Amino acid sequence: MDDARAATRIRLAVNGRSCDLEVASHALLLDVLRDVLDLKGAKRSCDIQVCGACTVLVDGMAVSACTYLAIEADGRTVLTVEGLADGESLHPLQRAFLDAGAVQCGFCTSGMLLTARAMLTETPAPTREDVLHYLRGSLCRCTGYRKIVEAIMAAAETAR
Amino acid sequence: MSGQPFRAVGRAIPRIDGLEKVTGRARYVTDLVVPGMAHAKVLRSPYAHARVRKVDVTRARAHPGVFAALCGTDLTWCEPYYGPAYRDRPVLVIDVARYEGEPVAAVAAVDEATADQALDLIEVDYEPLSPVMTLEEALVPGAPLVHTGTPQAGHFADLASLRAVPGTNVCHQFHFERGDSGRGLASADLVLDETYRFPPVQHVALEAHAAVALWSETDGLTIWASTQNPYSVRVELAKMFDVPLARIRVVVPHLGGGFGSKTYAKLEPLAAALARAAGRPVRLAASVAEAFQTVRRCAARVNVRVGFGRDGRLVAVECGADYDVGAYADIGPRVVQKATYTATGPYRVAAVTLDARAVYTNTTPGGAFRGFGVPQLAWALESLFDVAAERLGRDPVELRRQNFLAHGEEFAPGDTPIDGKLEESLGRAAETIGWTQAGTADRGRGVAAMLKASVAPSVSEAIVRLHTDGSVTVLASAVEMGQGTRTVLAQIAAEVLSVPMARVIVVQPDTAVTPYDQTTSSSRSTAMTGRAVQVAAEDVREQLLHVAAAELGIAVKDLALDDGAVVAPSRRLTYAEVLMHRFGMSGGEIIGRGIVAPGRTAAPLGGSTPFWEVAVGAAEVSVDEETGALRVERYVSVADVGRAINPLLLEGQDEGGVVQGLGHTLLEEMLYQDGHLLNGTLLAYRVPRADDAPPALECRFVENADGSGPFGAKGAGEGSLIPVSPAVSNALARLTGVRLRDLPLTPERVWRALRARRRR
Repeated sequence: MDDARAATRIRLAVNGRSCDLEVASHALLLDVLRDVLDLKGAKRSCDIQVCGACTVLVDGMAVSACTYLAIEADGRTVLTVEGLADGESLHPLQRAFLDAGAVQCGFCTSGMLLTARAMLTETPAPTREDVLHYLRGSLCRCTGYRKIVEAIMAAAETAR
Repeated sequence: MSGQPFRAVGRAIPRIDGLEKVTGRARYVTDLVVPGMAHAKVLRSPYAHARVRKVDVTRARAHPGVFAALCGTDLTWCEPYYGPAYRDRPVLVIDVARYEGEPVAAVAAVDEATADQALDLIEVDYEPLSPVMTLEEALVPGAPLVHTGTPQAGHFADLASLRAVPGTNVCHQFHFERGDSGRGLASADLVLDETYRFPPVQHVALEAHAAVALWSETDGLTIWASTQNPYSVRVELAKMFDVPLARIRVVVPHLGGGFGSKTYAKLEPLAAALARAAGRPVRLAASVAEAFQTVRRCAARVNVRVGFGRDGRLVAVECGADYDVGAYADIGPRVVQKATYTATGPYRVAAVTLDARAVYTNTTPGGAFRGFGVPQLAWALESLFDVAAERLGRDPVELRRQNFLAHGEEFAPGDTPIDGKLEESLGRAAETIGWTQAGTADRGRGVAAMLKASVAPSVSEAIVRLHTDGSVTVLASAVEMGQGTRTVLAQIAAEVLSVPMARVIVVQPDTAVTPYDQTTSSSRSTAMTGRAVQVAAEDVREQLLHVAAAELGIAVKDLALDDGAVVAPSRRLTYAEVLMHRFGMSGGEIIGRGIVAPGRTAAPLGGSTPFWEVAVGAAEVSVDEETGALRVERYVSVADVGRAINPLLLEGQDEGGVVQGLGHTLLEEMLYQDGHLLNGTLLAYRVPRADDAPPALECRFVENADGSGPFGAKGAGEGSLIPVSPAVSNALARLTGVRLRDLPLTPERVWRALRARRRR
């Protein structure tokens, strides 16, 4: 019990800023981001790595922060939705989501954006099938997905 | 459409809360941090039905870091029962646990982990009882009773007439008739008598239920809640704690989806009780798995008998619908009677007998879910229309067209005449899907239509404040849950007052600040709250015009508003100047008030629907005969909305409705076995993913500005979901000859049906 609560020192770069933290070894990355660093953009929803609302990028890879230990992020870079824009200048994905009407309640939005961002790094010119494949781990209950897919395709076009 | 150009209305304006959402800055209830806040966890019943002989929270209460631990018998200092139809639901189990997952005890502690540990220290002595898990089990004579006491009425005047059947599990029955349906069926050339089933499904709002409650001596109870109905929550909490309404403040931040799951009080009573006991603010956030233990759609078994003449005329309908409302009534009785009242859909039929029962079972309570009972009935009726078309040798589109109610035609005596053009919606849908064009042999097409009433009577109020710089604050309590209502309300105010969208703020609902609105549901916000905002803005406009008229010596009728100014042909006064004249200084504001309250009428349910929501769906499907996998290749939805205040947001709503409808059509069903829910997490309960959505999805609108809402708008948002199941099933039937009557249309069901067909 006490061992489980023992703090581990970790250093990670979150949205370009270096953070030295002491975290419990069982602490989840999602809780550290939300409760310690006050980055509330990643959302807790399914708790079991199915819905994608908690998706953040660790070294550029999309991970479910709800099932990812904070200590695993030691020495790595973490990108959350709060770090997606370049200052006040929105990322093309954010712009495209707004313009296409790809946002409704917004609870899935940060995860969708980061999943799409990871995909575009790997696959800069995705087909519609690529996008659908990447979104298999990102649920949206509001939009019916069409406008999300459209926004991601549009952002990919803009970025090229 | 009228030729008057609009500056904001009718435009595809991106949502005003979008920037906050794409940057991650939007704050939802679970993001809020109130100083000193404790965190709550709930101990839930492992049994579907059990006598709870004793709950001992002593050790939990003594656990370090615990501020409060409560069980049902502790709640002597408040009214422990709540519920909108019947007050039949205890905040925490008292004596009997009635479904698996029912809250038995709860702990508030310094953090969630400590609260979780304390739950392990609670001892409960259960005596398992026989549960009734299905309609069949619940309705058999002598079935175990889910409730044995006399139910207390909840807070709806029009449900004061609730009719339970004592000694049974039927908590409400509804009967409606006109004409002689028995004679109608006897005289019909074709009579069909079929039974259809609709499964229990969960809303799966990505944000589960959550609340943060705070008591203070000065202000009473403040509760930040993820709710669609702040005013319903307020009245529930006021009754529970016996405090004046003014001392209950319900604040609604951004909502992570609702779909009906957040109508009426859910977790708020427990959060408030814990905060009271803990003497500090308490945050209670459910998981998605706990949402499966909070509310679901009412499952249904629907028997329909329809009679048609040889000429295709619908002559009689008899419907017997049993809805499984689960362990507590929630709003189930209202779902049942409201939906069954429109069981005949958008069709003209002289002889009707409609009966429905709301039936308790030992399962998660059934409540409101997008469509409010209508999807269950439309599944049956719209399937039967296609069965009838085939038997009569008629085209399904033509058979529907022949029987549609006309614009202006009476639906029922005393209720609002039909305000949409069904033939136009159907025509658009048929044309878009290419109904009359030859398709490929591996695709089938189907259509379905629907008609739904909105809640009546209902009340919406709004306040619009014009400030000295010409900016505008809109106070209204329609909840933004993703549907876009804040943007739409801003557009309406911007339009009436002729100001840019950027100068209009729509305040988030807060019962201490924003005026009464009955509910954000029933597709009513644009039509009702929007109309209240329009009236309030028009009140501001009238005041502006009168001040300016006096100042300019020009009659009001010769003045107009234009881009932040009162204008006459030769004169122009900015709003700032008008307010300066009004107050003699650079201060003050003009306040406008809007009330929409149609009141009770002679209509069968006591109020006339403010609008009819009508929509048509058309599906094109393919099926893999090897696996039974059914795929919707293309879907067209057409809704008659009067006027699309914001076509972009409306399209998004309807696209989402179609895909949500595909969920219960193809994938979703809460499965129970041996008294346990088998698939109460997103691992096992599949909702549609991006690759499940139709590759081609088109949502269209009929706009004749014929609605009672602002600028001729009607409500929308539920209509697109309702025709999905029958449209898809009708398409499957036309492709394969296979007719299924149980949802969802899983590969196994389809495959078995295809195999049975081959054997015939």
